[in-house]
Amino acid sequence: MAKGFYTDTTVCIGCKACQVACHQWNGLPAEEPGERELTGDSYDNTGTLSALNWRHVKFIEQIPEDRHQNGFLDGSRWLMMSDVCKHCVHAGCLEVCPTGAIIRTEFDSVFIQTDVCNGCRACLAACPFGVVDIGSDGKAHKCTLCYDRLQHGMEPACAQACPTDSIRFGEVSELMALAEQRAADLGAHGIQAQIYGKDDIVGGLNCFYLLVDKPEVYGLPAKPELPSSNVAAALGGSAATAALLAITGAVSFRKRRMDDMSRDESAPEDEP
Amino acid sequence: MGSNFAECHPVGFRWVMKAKERGCKVIHIDPRFTRTSAMADLHVAIRSGSDIAFLGGLVNYILTNDRWFKEYVVAYTNAATIVAPEYQDSEDLDGLFSGYDPEGRVYDTSSWAYAGTAAGTPNMGHGAKSANEPHSKEGNPGMDLRRYPPRSDPTLQDPHCVFQILKRHYARYTPEMVASICGCTPAEFDIVARTLCDNSGRERTSAFAYAVGWTQHTVGVQYIRTAGIVQALLGNIGRPGGGIMALRGHATIQGSTDIATLYNLLPGYLTAPSVQIPDHDTLEGWLRREMPTTGWWANGRKYMVSFLKAWYGDAARADNEWGYQLLPKNVGDHSHMPMFVAMHEGVVKGFMAIGQNPAVGGQNAVYQRAGLANLDWMVARDIFMTETADFWRAPDVKDPSAIQTEVFFLPAATVPEMDGSFTNTQRLLQWHDKGVESPGDCRSDLWFTHHLYQRLRALYQGSTNPNDVPFLSLTWDFEEEGPRREPKAESILKEVNGYTLPDRVPVAAFADLKDDGSTVSGAWIYTGVYPKDGVNKAASRNGDDWVALGWGFAWPANRHILYNRASADPSGRPWSERKKYVWWSEDEKQWVGYDIPDFQVTKPPSYRGVWSRGGMDALDGTDAFIMKPDGKAWLFAPSGLVDGPMPTHYEPWEGPGANALYKAAPRNPVAKLFNVVGNRYIDPGDAAFPIVISTYRLTEHHLSGVMSRWVPWLAELQPELFVELSPELARERGIGNTDWVTVATPRTAIECKALVTRRLKPFQVMGRTVHQVGMPWHWGYRGIVTGAVVNTLASLVGDPNVTIHEGKAFMCQLHAGRRAEEVARGLPDRALPLPHVGRRERQAAEAMIDRGITLAEQASSLDELVVKEPAPYLPLDAPIGVYHG
Ligand code: SF4
Ligand code: SF4
Repeated sequence: MAKGFYTDTTVCIGCKACQVACHQWNGLPAEEPGERELTGDSYDNTGTLSALNWRHVKFIEQIPEDRHQNGFLDGSRWLMMSDVCKHCVHAGCLEVCPTGAIIRTEFDSVFIQTDVCNGCRACLAACPFGVVDIGSDGKAHKCTLCYDRLQHGMEPACAQACPTDSIRFGEVSELMALAEQRAADLGAHGIQAQIYGKDDIVGGLNCFYLLVDKPEVYGLPAKPELPSSNVAAALGGSAATAALLAITGAVSFRKRRMDDMSRDESAPEDEP
Repeated sequence: MGSNFAECHPVGFRWVMKAKERGCKVIHIDPRFTRTSAMADLHVAIRSGSDIAFLGGLVNYILTNDRWFKEYVVAYTNAATIVAPEYQDSEDLDGLFSGYDPEGRVYDTSSWAYAGTAAGTPNMGHGAKSANEPHSKEGNPGMDLRRYPPRSDPTLQDPHCVFQILKRHYARYTPEMVASICGCTPAEFDIVARTLCDNSGRERTSAFAYAVGWTQHTVGVQYIRTAGIVQALLGNIGRPGGGIMALRGHATIQGSTDIATLYNLLPGYLTAPSVQIPDHDTLEGWLRREMPTTGWWANGRKYMVSFLKAWYGDAARADNEWGYQLLPKNVGDHSHMPMFVAMHEGVVKGFMAIGQNPAVGGQNAVYQRAGLANLDWMVARDIFMTETADFWRAPDVKDPSAIQTEVFFLPAATVPEMDGSFTNTQRLLQWHDKGVESPGDCRSDLWFTHHLYQRLRALYQGSTNPNDVPFLSLTWDFEEEGPRREPKAESILKEVNGYTLPDRVPVAAFADLKDDGSTVSGAWIYTGVYPKDGVNKAASRNGDDWVALGWGFAWPANRHILYNRASADPSGRPWSERKKYVWWSEDEKQWVGYDIPDFQVTKPPSYRGVWSRGGMDALDGTDAFIMKPDGKAWLFAPSGLVDGPMPTHYEPWEGPGANALYKAAPRNPVAKLFNVVGNRYIDPGDAAFPIVISTYRLTEHHLSGVMSRWVPWLAELQPELFVELSPELARERGIGNTDWVTVATPRTAIECKALVTRRLKPFQVMGRTVHQVGMPWHWGYRGIVTGAVVNTLASLVGDPNVTIHEGKAFMCQLHAGRRAEEVARGLPDRALPLPHVGRRERQAAEAMIDRGITLAEQASSLDELVVKEPAPYLPLDAPIGVYHG
């Protein structure tokens, strides 16, 4: 039962609540507190997915120069899209990880066990989407699909925070059906929308998108490639290893999370 | 229009997106292409300050193209009512309505009344008569309709009937005129008008959503009035999917109007008494003036007496006007801007900033800060050390020791740390429970207010000074809980709801309130939220996908759509099956439907009102607008407004040029002006400040930034102040994206980064190019991310009805580079951070006067009065705007 995201970019209002919810839940600090500068790239001031930004909202202004003639009536668009780890069905990062730090979980998501990761950076090059990043601890980081929340029957923090349901979490096959329907509805109103992340994209993305322009416009590769051509052959072997590691990894991760929680709860009341 | 719904109300916008998914058309009309425009089916850009022209154009379009909803308009609006023959329109008087007094800059509004109700009636005054008079209740009915109902002509042919007046008034608002004033094209206007009309009528309804983009103008109230006219003509009021939604800026800003943090209102929209209104000398006079004898407000006496019992308990008796004289009385306009002028004048000496940050949020913020510097004391209560709390060490204060104000900072609890209710934009009360205990000395607002009263009371106890009687007469018996002695929020809710005396049983509905002192109600409109002991409807969470009557509590009486009688036709049948909502059931002999009927539930549609009986009996079974004395929606407002019975296009106080419609009165002739040092205005079309500027908010930050600039996760999302400008203007001024820019107005100059974007565009206004820029105003000199205070650029100038400022449309100049200091120095009367007559001088002068009086009293001969010491230096002849510390 693969879990994932269907991100409908046509209803994303660029509020960045998903970015903030992700930071909050995962205890990710803001980057260089107070020292960020205005990038001038529309309303995007965090730039890319990174070790600290596991979600990143992109802003693409498409407004013709001659908008004086007809106002913003013709062809003016401001596309917004919340990017995230795709939790690929064939994950390049997982495939190349030499230590087995990257595992596939019981939710079919791709999870980095930071305590196993040795910071070799192989996964960085292997991810066709530039998702994985090395943090200041020297280890690889990316979206966990809120593994700890899923284990407790909760939906990921970003999906819960999204006010317009641009981010929908659930069973990938069900989400795909929703997306197909949405694309058809939009098509009936003259809006061309495509799903990015079916089988044609590295064998399918558990976190896929509904786009209204070419993938490149959103900074997504039109034809992403996995690092090696023999990935498919290697998949069988690594899956078994992954399953084993998944159990130990998941247990240690959950324990850490629970320890953190109980520590929080026992904090004295009036501590400043 | 007038709102950036998606960015500033993202959670509410969820429902717009849901509606859009179901086929709803979303139109956004705004100077900028924003995140809301990105979601809309259609975006039309118009220049800031031109919305009445656009909306007036819609009125004209609806009337000339015969798109109005005839049955609805004739039955439910005052279209047929005859207006006094003395009335003269702004179209006849070049921008002025009849009754204008140019010297006092006020209107005598008596000629705007309905025919036959004006002449010879002493209490025709409605709303404030002059700039200094406090405002009356919004929409105060006030008219003397005591003896006769207004005359009407249901054929709408009488030249003095509202319909004909309306037609004449908006006849010049053609698509071409709209385009010329607003800077859009006639085609853009046409597609909006057509879409709106096509989606209104029996089968369909349309809604307007606005926010401070409409209110913050010198004609702010009239902006919303124009939308009211459009919606009434299209039959979009009181019906599902219709209405005009005020998107309120804070989680419970609606609640703070209902339970009246405004100086001119008592809780539940009862007018606060004023010494300037002679009728307010007595309770009877107050009732006569404020409460009409027909319509729902005829119950006003019950609400007022129950309110007085809530505040004064046993001290409110039949033989002392129910304690009416214990109420504090206004002596003028005590709203925000006049309060800061009064600080400069030394009239206001102490100030409490509770969850408010005027050093960032206040218009002409440097001037407002200088007001704080002239205080004896100030209390700031907030969750962080705000710019206001720290105003005395602002970067532009060279010598903090020159400021003598004694400042207290009290740490406040945040919302998750307290129980309480939010009243949101659609009047829905939702309870929130405390999640965690606040740390250290941080306390809830309730705790602070409760214990402040207790401590003050201890100090006043035993006083024989008659001035202290009102304070000592207040009832204050809220339950406390926990070791911190936190007042129980539900016990306050119970008083707000109301209960009977002496047994203190909660009142279930405001219909049960009495005027004989046997009931208490802190705010009658909230009655029903706490109908039984232990039952808090604000906390109920039984939602559904429809009207959701089981979720929270919508005042009044849990009605979700006001005036919903109008969702049925005059005979009580739904206008259409699709838009069925509340209707008359012949079987049950009562109004039924999906919502609580906003009507007397057993009054049949066929009922004919008997005027002489007064109250609701005076109104027909078709008079859906029960809060109005005539039961009609007002296309023409015969009372309640001080700047015209119908909206008309005035340019902003600082605008780019001439008014295309009027020469004599191009701007609101009764706008509230503050001609004080450090608040210079420019004339329309001043070449030194040619660019229209609007200020606004971003999703990433909240208001003055107290709840966002101190939060690293939010701060990094919009780390720096910027000005948004079009590439065309940027090219003209040699400004590149992310370059430093200096923005100047007559008040001051500030520096920020440039965000060059095609989302802004130059406008063609009356044949010439007008540039517009915009600036979010979240930054200040404290917090994790800092930046210049944008509101320092705006002036103190106000709408005459409610004294809201004009932060949404004024004029500026742009210079490339960081030149703020140099540019500001060149301004003839810029605002300075210290008052131009300092506190020390004021104190010295006061001391000298006191000493003189003492000397005079003690002197036995004239010789003794010869002053033997040098007088302290008083800089009364000092050049304007220069501080002599
Ligand atoms: S699923 Fe969790 S970790 Fe991944 S982006 Fe969303 S909030 Fe962040
Ligand atoms: S929370 Fe939802 S609407 Fe907001 S930016 Fe993220 S995906 Fe878009």
